[in-house]
Amino acid sequence: MEEMVFEIKRTDENGNMKTQSYNVPKDKVSTVLEALLYIKENLDHSLSFRYSCRMEICGSCAMEINGKPHMACSTTTDSLKGQKVTVAPLKHFKVIRDLAVDIDGFLEKYRAVKPYVIRDDDGKYDSEILQTPEQFHEYLDYSLCIKCGICMAACPIEGSDPNYLGPAPLAAAWRYIADNRDQGKKYRLEIVSGEEGTSRCHFAGECTEACPKGVDPSFAIQKLRSSMVGLEFQRLFRRR
Amino acid sequence: MEKIREDVLILGGGMAGLRAAIAAAEYNPGVSVGLVSKLYPLRSHSVSAEGGTSAVLNPKDSFDLHAFDTIKGSDYLGDQDAIEEFVRLVPEQIYTTDHWGCPWSRNPDGTISQRDFGALSFPRATFAADKTGFHVMQTLFSRALKYDIHFYNEYFATKLILADGKPNAVTTINLRNGEFTVFQGKSIIFAMGGAGRLYQFATYAHSVTGDGDAIAYRAGIPLKDMEFIQFHPTGLVPSGILITEAARAEGGYLLDKDGKRFMGTYAPHKFETASRDVVSRAIMWEIEAGRGAKGEYGDMDYVFLDLRHIADKLDERLPMITDIAKKFNGIDAHNELIPVHPATHYTMGGIDSNVKTTTSIPGIYAAGENACVSIHGANRLGSNSTNECLALGNVAGKAAAEYAVSHSFPELDMKQIEEEEKHIWEDMLRRDGGENVAKIREDLRINMDKNVGVFRTEAPLQNSLKNIAALKERYQKITIEDKSSTFNLELEWAFEVGFMLDLAEIITLGALQRKESRGAHYRRDFPDRDDKNFMMHTIATYSDNGPILTYRPVVVTKWQPTVRSY
Repeated sequence: MEEMVFEIKRTDENGNMKTQSYNVPKDKVSTVLEALLYIKENLDHSLSFRYSCRMEICGSCAMEINGKPHMACSTTTDSLKGQKVTVAPLKHFKVIRDLAVDIDGFLEKYRAVKPYVIRDDDGKYDSEILQTPEQFHEYLDYSLCIKCGICMAACPIEGSDPNYLGPAPLAAAWRYIADNRDQGKKYRLEIVSGEEGTSRCHFAGECTEACPKGVDPSFAIQKLRSSMVGLEFQRLFRRR
Repeated sequence: MEKIREDVLILGGGMAGLRAAIAAAEYNPGVSVGLVSKLYPLRSHSVSAEGGTSAVLNPKDSFDLHAFDTIKGSDYLGDQDAIEEFVRLVPEQIYTTDHWGCPWSRNPDGTISQRDFGALSFPRATFAADKTGFHVMQTLFSRALKYDIHFYNEYFATKLILADGKPNAVTTINLRNGEFTVFQGKSIIFAMGGAGRLYQFATYAHSVTGDGDAIAYRAGIPLKDMEFIQFHPTGLVPSGILITEAARAEGGYLLDKDGKRFMGTYAPHKFETASRDVVSRAIMWEIEAGRGAKGEYGDMDYVFLDLRHIADKLDERLPMITDIAKKFNGIDAHNELIPVHPATHYTMGGIDSNVKTTTSIPGIYAAGENACVSIHGANRLGSNSTNECLALGNVAGKAAAEYAVSHSFPELDMKQIEEEEKHIWEDMLRRDGGENVAKIREDLRINMDKNVGVFRTEAPLQNSLKNIAALKERYQKITIEDKSSTFNLELEWAFEVGFMLDLAEIITLGALQRKESRGAHYRRDFPDRDDKNFMMHTIATYSDNGPILTYRPVVVTKWQPTVRSY
């Protein structure tokens, strides 16, 4: 029977690391997540990782596969070249155990950009707020983020400056600014124009390339920057 | 042992739990709100809901029509008073989530768009492309971040402790460090979702293991109508990933292996958009008659979903399933057929509750799939789950906050709590009979698929009971090899399997005793609906000797049962 070798970078609860290899029959699994489940159920009960929906929408199972960040559930074994697959936890996150990493800091950064609609009339919900299909498409693509953390692992700045807000939170800031129902632009621009905001980005574009859902954080950051320039002009104008 | 107190304690971070948390926080900022989940909220199965959520928004539609569609869909097992109240609560939730940023799909004039769905008499499915659950969840989670809601992520609940008939505590394991953590709430909301992973071929996330149902049941809170398990007609073969009903509502066809449409035989008016129970049975009958396709995906026969003639709609209205077909099966839905087979999709049953979300225990509430109101009766309509999470999550949050204001924390029942702590570390972790938890789980799922599936008959149901009893024996002899206190998934699995075994017994027993066919419960040996004897809810109550089943009449307001056809 044809087998694939999964070489997994493991970390125990005390922080001790090792690499362990498992042979998985190829016809028993069709994705990397299925392979991890196969290993846990049959070969090694102690392997730890996160997973839930297995349809690339809940964001649980982001990890490094053959050196790049991917969702384990939607990485098919057919798409992997060769018999050997390396699996490691996401870069730039602290490892809890094996492939499970600490995402709390990431979610705090997300929260910091006020990722919700801000309105003066909050609390009055008797009809919808009109939104033309054009207005709708202004922000839709940025709303597809599943908070998997892949862009944070792909971003070179995140590696050197862990306080940098990072691609997903900045894309979320733009997602709400670009939504015509929102009135919170000035608050968000203030946050993202800070020291750890958009100015850190070098537009390497790794985030956009890595995103499994087609979100373009790099472009969102450009949009934020040009909005900030507009805001600066307004301030200058007002001063006169 | 860590002890944490929150005025309102919410179990589950999916759509109902998040909606309840926001409602409780808004009701009274002085009330502390804690949300406990075995996942992070955004990892909950609610994000997988796809096609839409029914709401009466159009003046040409009416509450009576939505109510009647729901009642007919329920095969007259839904409580009509609850349904009438429920449909009136929904529109406000659509507008509320719109103001909070949900990208509801739009008409050219900027108003919220609606589309057809299975068994609807008016196109009232409000949708966010085919990612409705995902977008509503992002909206709720983000909105929740505005408030001081305390999220307890990755705490696995093991037991509800009642003392003197009142809520006392919920015991959990903090998965991050293995710490036994005891939560207290003045009021507690169960919003832990359904039980669909009792089955092998399921649209469900791996995490949907019926924890909430089982925990409530073991504490003495009855479950209702558990034998009614919904099989969605179009689970993608071989993974079971959901292919939304919207694909058919937008015009997609079901085809047999020869490319022939067959739904006209079973639903001469609605064809592919009949109710889910009807379409799932039709597919199974076609497969049984040898008209299913086979070969490419292991042992499972299947039929085809054809979207080629609506290819122009896919990118705007069905982008996710188009992407899924491509990513998981390498199929281009624009010009290729998608292999589908009925898959376990929804648990109509749940904690015996009502439209006020109360349960048999004052101070304990239930909402979402974890609850059985009953709105859905014997068969939930597509587009009637996320609206329930929103509307009744909101009701539960307010009610629980109101209750918390006028009640105080009881003294912790340390005796029961210490027993549970011992049970985890000295019983579960130290059992050493060599049985593999994952293998028991697999055997349970195979049993449920085979014996308690779309079609049911006396003998296989009896077999199922025997198999479950044997699995319970094996369960006493498990060995959890992973002894780590950090992120011990195997220990979590062990608890989940225990929960699932209890629920499997209730489901099978309910199915065995219900000698009729109604909605999703189809008995080959009793193919007709029997309103005289079975227009009744099944109520399952815990006893040490197994579930005790009793029956309670359905509430009828103005719709008398008639022949149901689509």
